[in-house]
Amino acid sequence: MTTAEMLELDRLREEVAQWRARFDAAKKRNAYFANSGDVVDPVYTALDTAGDGSDLELPGEYPFTRGIHSTGYRGKLWTMRQFAGFGTAPETNARYKYLLAHGQTGLSVAFDFPTLMGYDSDHPRSEGEVGKCGVAISSLADMETLFEGIPLDKVSTSMTINGPAVILFAFYIAAAEKQGVDTTQLRGTIQNDILKEYMAQHAWVYPIEPALRLIVDNFEWSAEHIPLWNTISISGYHIREAGATAAQELAFTLADGFTYVERGMARGLDVDDFAPRLSFFWDIHNDFFEEIAKLRAARRIWARHLKERFGAKDPRSLIMRFHSQTAGVTLTAQQPMNNVVRVAYQAMAAVLGGTQSLHTNSMDETLALPTEQAVQVALRTQQVLAYETGVPNVADPLGGSYYVEALTDKLEREAEALFVQIAEVGGVVRGLETGWLQRKIAESSSRQQWEIEQHRRTIVGVNEFVTEEGELTIPLLKVSEAAESEQRARMAAMRASRDSALVERRLGELRNAARSDSNLMPFILDCARAYCTLYEIRAAMEDVFGAYREPVFF
Amino acid sequence: MRPIRVLVAKPGLDGHDRGAKVVAAALRDAGMEVIYTGLHQTPEMIATAAVQEDVDVVGLSILSGAHMTLIPRVLDLLKDDGRDDILVTGGGIIPREDMDALEARGTGRLFGPGTPTSELVDYIRTWFEAREKQLA
Repeated sequence: MTTAEMLELDRLREEVAQWRARFDAAKKRNAYFANSGDVVDPVYTALDTAGDGSDLELPGEYPFTRGIHSTGYRGKLWTMRQFAGFGTAPETNARYKYLLAHGQTGLSVAFDFPTLMGYDSDHPRSEGEVGKCGVAISSLADMETLFEGIPLDKVSTSMTINGPAVILFAFYIAAAEKQGVDTTQLRGTIQNDILKEYMAQHAWVYPIEPALRLIVDNFEWSAEHIPLWNTISISGYHIREAGATAAQELAFTLADGFTYVERGMARGLDVDDFAPRLSFFWDIHNDFFEEIAKLRAARRIWARHLKERFGAKDPRSLIMRFHSQTAGVTLTAQQPMNNVVRVAYQAMAAVLGGTQSLHTNSMDETLALPTEQAVQVALRTQQVLAYETGVPNVADPLGGSYYVEALTDKLEREAEALFVQIAEVGGVVRGLETGWLQRKIAESSSRQQWEIEQHRRTIVGVNEFVTEEGELTIPLLKVSEAAESEQRARMAAMRASRDSALVERRLGELRNAARSDSNLMPFILDCARAYCTLYEIRAAMEDVFGAYREPVFF
Repeated sequence: MRPIRVLVAKPGLDGHDRGAKVVAAALRDAGMEVIYTGLHQTPEMIATAAVQEDVDVVGLSILSGAHMTLIPRVLDLLKDDGRDDILVTGGGIIPREDMDALEARGTGRLFGPGTPTSELVDYIRTWFEAREKQLA
């Protein structure tokens, strides 16, 4: 720094100190970040940022704080990807065709709880839950129906599935084979992030170690066979929804990501062979600037760690590509039309943060699955943002803002401090076994609830600006009660028509392979092709792996 | 008066436990004795735990849409065990008309998103005091 620059900084420091004295003397309210409760400074200047801005890289340049593409959204808009699924495969197939006809550009499958947990629709534990909050998929036959008339080489598909992720992925690949599609051209994502299941979302099947083995099996197998597929979507979404602060979401999710990289490398894989297919998924909460800064910090931290810590050389290993969803937990049952406004602000934060794809929640989701009309408003929210506001015209338009740069640096520092704490408790896996990570999240969620009840945090329509007619006055979707019986009938027909000797043989081969250290993907895929059901495949591996037991506390 | 004993339970395959944990902690902070089942409980597991732990109240948290199947089954099982004196209350993502139907079927009040925990505490205390008076 030159003498002139140092004098300039001194002058600024003096000026800010005088301003601060006037501010402190004035009557004013305090402001806090949405989840953490940390104090927000009243103004940000060059004193709060690392440098004068001239060290800021351009979009598309390492460490990618300003975005992964030099073209921003001029080259390609984000993918508008609404998460959807309910009832049976034929019903959801019709919804997908509706969404594609209305300009949606990618599919995102919501499975019902039995499917998420690896139970068939006709399993006793599935009773009352079939098709309730997603579509029921119990075998290749259901997957074929789900995508009937939708060419799988033409759409990209995201599947929110974790515990039994590799099984559903095998159904998808087998369905594509049945369509006659070249499976090396398949594009999409399976969530497959089991660490955050133990941490927050809780749709697990196997204990942690065998679950991690399946994930690395898939990294290894997909790199060769389905090279364009995102083998994992490392998700902060559920961690945040469960109560984490922005910094915790950032740190816990990235720590999960580093754990997967370590496991892949421990298998002997070259980091550059699988890291380019790792993707991320963030929750976009109410604090507008904090969310934008979180996304910028996430890209920077990932790039730095992959390069410096893991020695990645392929630029594609360094760039963090991610999906975003507006925060379901911010939606209110009271005055539900207000949710449209919340979602619009959150969507704008996601885009200003440079998301690759986006789901906007519907106004009615605190009460039921969304109606078609509510989903259409949510999709139109993205289209207005994309085509009317001008926001996508400039890459990282907030880059250089004192506030956004200072916040990006702050979140990066907080995440690095949390990485140290996680290492001190023995890493992510140990932190899950002892419940340390889950407790951190539960503490944050209890504090937020207390703040709302103490009116330290305003939720419009809930603890302030309450109206008497707060109850829902918009129409709700009703999932047909017939879904469960229809699905049972479909299962019975499928079981009757398949080659049961082949089913038994394939399951036996999978069970044997699970006892060895073979890559299990080819065996699971063979089971899928033979119309083994989800639960049959789950159970064959469970015979060897056992089941996960959660640490229970509150 | 003796402390109120509450079983907070998560029926079905639903993994959303933020609400259950917040409620369990709030009831404990209000001086109640709280047992939390953990996730993925069948109605049978919940009814057995309620009877064995001799609770006054069962609080069910359900966000999966399976409430019309799982909640009545808990009621029936408690009745079979001769313990329909236990208050079955709860909340989650449950449309108003389903809440009305379940309350008509024999549950206590059911609560939706955004309910202050103080409201649950007041409700359970009021119910408990009324029942104690009735028994005295």
